[in-house]
Amino acid sequence: MLLDGKCPSGPLSEKWERHRQNLKLVNPANKRKYTILVVGTGLAGASAAATLGELGYNVEAFCYQDSPRRGHSIAAQGGINAAKNYPNDGDSIFRLFYDTIKGGDFRAREANVYRLAMLSNNIIDQCVAQGVPFARDYAGYLDNRSFGGAQVSRTFYARGQTGQQLLLGAYAALMRQVKAGTVRLHPRSEMLDVVIIDGEAKGITVRDMVTGHVGSYAGDAVCLCTGGYANVFYLSTNAMGSNVTAAYRAYKKGAFFANPCYTQIHPTCIPVSGEHQSKLTLMSESLRNDGRVWVPKMNGDKRTPNEIPHAERDYFLERKYPGFGNLAPRDIASRSAKEVCDEGRGTGSSGFGVYLDFEDAIKRLGESVIRERYGNLFEMYDRITGEDAYKQPMRIYPAPHYTMGGLWVDYNLQSNVPGLFVLGEANFSDHGANRLGASALMQGLADGYFVIPYTIAGYLAQAVPGRVTAAHPAFIKSIEDVNSLTKKLLSINGKKTVNDFHRELGRIMWEHVGMARSEEGLKRALKLIPELRSEFWQNVKVPGSSENLNQELEKAGRVADFLEFGELMARDALNREESCGGHFRVEHQMPDGEAKRDDKNYCYVAAWEFKGLNYEPDMHKEPLTFENVALAVRSYK
Amino acid sequence: MNLTLFIWRQKGRDTKGSLEQYEAKDISTEMSFLEMLDEVNEQLIKNNQEPIAFDHDCREGICGMCSQVINGVPHGPQQRTTVCQLHMRHFKDGDSIYIEPWRARAFPVIKDLITDRSSMDSIIQAGGYISVHTGGVPDANAVLISKENADTAMDASECIGCGACVAACPNGSAMLFTAAKITHLASLPQGQIEAARRVCIMTEAMLQNGFGNCSNHYECQAACPKGIRVSFIAKLNREFMKAHLKDSV
Ligand SMILES: Cc1cc2nc3c(=O)[nH]c(=O)nc-3n(C[C@H](O)[C@H](O)[C@H](O)COP(=O)(O)OP(=O)(O)OC[C@H]3O[C@@H](n4cnc5c(N)ncnc54)[C@H](O)[C@@H]3O)c2cc1C
Ligand code: FES
Repeated sequence: MLLDGKCPSGPLSEKWERHRQNLKLVNPANKRKYTILVVGTGLAGASAAATLGELGYNVEAFCYQDSPRRGHSIAAQGGINAAKNYPNDGDSIFRLFYDTIKGGDFRAREANVYRLAMLSNNIIDQCVAQGVPFARDYAGYLDNRSFGGAQVSRTFYARGQTGQQLLLGAYAALMRQVKAGTVRLHPRSEMLDVVIIDGEAKGITVRDMVTGHVGSYAGDAVCLCTGGYANVFYLSTNAMGSNVTAAYRAYKKGAFFANPCYTQIHPTCIPVSGEHQSKLTLMSESLRNDGRVWVPKMNGDKRTPNEIPHAERDYFLERKYPGFGNLAPRDIASRSAKEVCDEGRGTGSSGFGVYLDFEDAIKRLGESVIRERYGNLFEMYDRITGEDAYKQPMRIYPAPHYTMGGLWVDYNLQSNVPGLFVLGEANFSDHGANRLGASALMQGLADGYFVIPYTIAGYLAQAVPGRVTAAHPAFIKSIEDVNSLTKKLLSINGKKTVNDFHRELGRIMWEHVGMARSEEGLKRALKLIPELRSEFWQNVKVPGSSENLNQELEKAGRVADFLEFGELMARDALNREESCGGHFRVEHQMPDGEAKRDDKNYCYVAAWEFKGLNYEPDMHKEPLTFENVALAVRSYK
Repeated sequence: MNLTLFIWRQKGRDTKGSLEQYEAKDISTEMSFLEMLDEVNEQLIKNNQEPIAFDHDCREGICGMCSQVINGVPHGPQQRTTVCQLHMRHFKDGDSIYIEPWRARAFPVIKDLITDRSSMDSIIQAGGYISVHTGGVPDANAVLISKENADTAMDASECIGCGACVAACPNGSAMLFTAAKITHLASLPQGQIEAARRVCIMTEAMLQNGFGNCSNHYECQAACPKGIRVSFIAKLNREFMKAHLKDSV
């Protein structure tokens, strides 16, 4: 089946405006009769729930943390893009649009990306009005910096805590609506199922993580804003609780999962220090502006970095990419680091790390300049590793960071299941095969503040409010299904812990479905993952009961889903016989190691439909057409 | 290294808890404190015991979820560091470590080291925002804000809402938390219009939600992992005075 993204017709710059004019409205007096269930209160969910509440809808908002202020958006450091062109350096909506679509390696929808670029300016206005303390210059104007390879300065930031400040802004707007009585909060609540009645999403089933009570909420529409799935790799820069469960269970209920193989691996993270490692910490990419990346030339060289003379060091990025050197794009830098470590030249106790050396920069600029530029990062590095990067090189290694794939949505952010909307990182919409820095925050807030409030009305206006209640048999069945899954998990009482399985899955994913993928490796993953999954269901040990707070049980449910989802990722990666953005197939590369895209055969979105665990999923294609940009080949030589 | 841990175990809100002793063996100095607890939990599970429940999520010191009192100090011995960022190299082989939940009237224990901190959300709900709707706002550069004020707002807004200040305060007061939000918003022109009303309802909400009064112990500042300053409390007090002066005119 060919999927239709329902992009409006007309010139690119007028599509959204025209579409908004054509969308139906819900009568103000009727709005409170509609209940909207918003799952997730990160940037996408909090902004959506607050805005829908302001409009007068009846909103129920859910998150698994103890407060909506803790969604993982809080961890974003760098900044948020907007096409304000305040520095007068030639930026425009079209340029932001073009950079984003090119950054995504021409695997995103033109109309969506253009809308995103348009709305970027409204986001900054909105956040400033809320009191987000963006950085300013001495005259009191907003400051910008450049980020992620853009040639213009369009990134707004709040020190190294942009995500935190934006989320606190959205959280504040949300709390205002809680007080106004339009939004009801359900923290420490985990969504475990979507309830579909007559083909439309009409509710969710949720476990109260404190009492263990599993119950249902009926609504007129459901918005999933549940973030990304990088934790399928076990170690990532995501939060410990980040999961695919909400999205995956929607997939099992008929929502299509688009481009699951598109994942972003960030080159500058603090390396793994041992088996005990539970998560990875991102170090700002800006470090590569002054640091030089190297490994010893000799295999297994055990000397300390300062003992290794210059002639015996391999500055591999400078060697391979003389044009861009240490600033080569994220995917290239990540892949090269993995290659040298796989050759046995990695550094640190694990052998999985490369040096990022500031010695030359300190000689050239002086320690005080480096301290001024990166002092807080050096401090963070010291806190975690106990090493002083002014005296010895940092060690860095790539880590899974962001997932471009997600539930398939049309231009209205509606999935193929009517009434089920997906926002933020959980959908697949705007970043194609690779996301540019500072554009995820922009997308989450565009979706929540400015897109969903309009598009959801188009759906609700034709739905009778309150048509179903939680007494409907479909809800009872959903609760039974969730309870029986829980019971099963608790009854196995095997020998290995949930973490043992998650770690093992992570190893398979990293090895075979990570930065460089081959047909052979992917086929191997497709064999190993189901084996591990069947072992999980025979040998996992989940202690405790379902009737109170049980963190192992929560984890077990999430890992059970990752164990199925990993297979879907591998399948998607195997199908995509090209290299594009974050997806690199070793069979498809230029002689110089650059990704080789195949626009003739793969210029489409792959959206997968669940057919049962023991059957292969069906793939539906949404062809991507480009009317306003020419498909160019990326080159960073 | 090997450690002896004394950890607060409590089954539920209404049950009594106690400190239990555990041995943590072969702990690497490279582990974070929470990774050390992960390790203890893995062993407990394998020995058919219930693992220790504790809050955590980002493990990067920014979400404010982690919350443990270590040897009597909220977030432990390292200054300006959350528990999740604390590493085991700050401990020695043979150490005994006491691990307890936040202790405050406004934070009832839910289980083991996990407390209910929704009372902090209630303070924000009362008025910790600028009352602006989505849409229809002026251009972001229409109102200029001096760098100094923007920086003060940011200093205050760095609060991660973990509640260490409350746990450290002998009165269980949320004064530093509330003052940080008041300072953030009152430092900005957009926030000044509602400033008087805000300071009154937020301090009122603080008392209504079971937090104690501030009697200037300043333990809060020492415990804050983000370096939120007690000078913000003075700012709150000034805002409070201003609001009441207005009332009496
Ligand atoms: C370390 C780091 C740095 C980053 N830096 C930048 C940057 O500088 N610029 C940029 O643009 N982007 C950055 N990103 C990416 C960006 O932060 C995220 O993509 C974005 O914030 C995701 O927002 P979200 O609202 O979609 O999801 P999240 O903020 O992850 O929120 C997910 C929400 O869903 C809830 N949830 C999840 N599962 C369930 C469930 N089953 N039941 C109930 N609730 C559930 C959670 O409780 C949470 O509220 C960074 C990401 C990371 C990890
Ligand atoms: S776990 Fe997020 S601050 Fe510690």
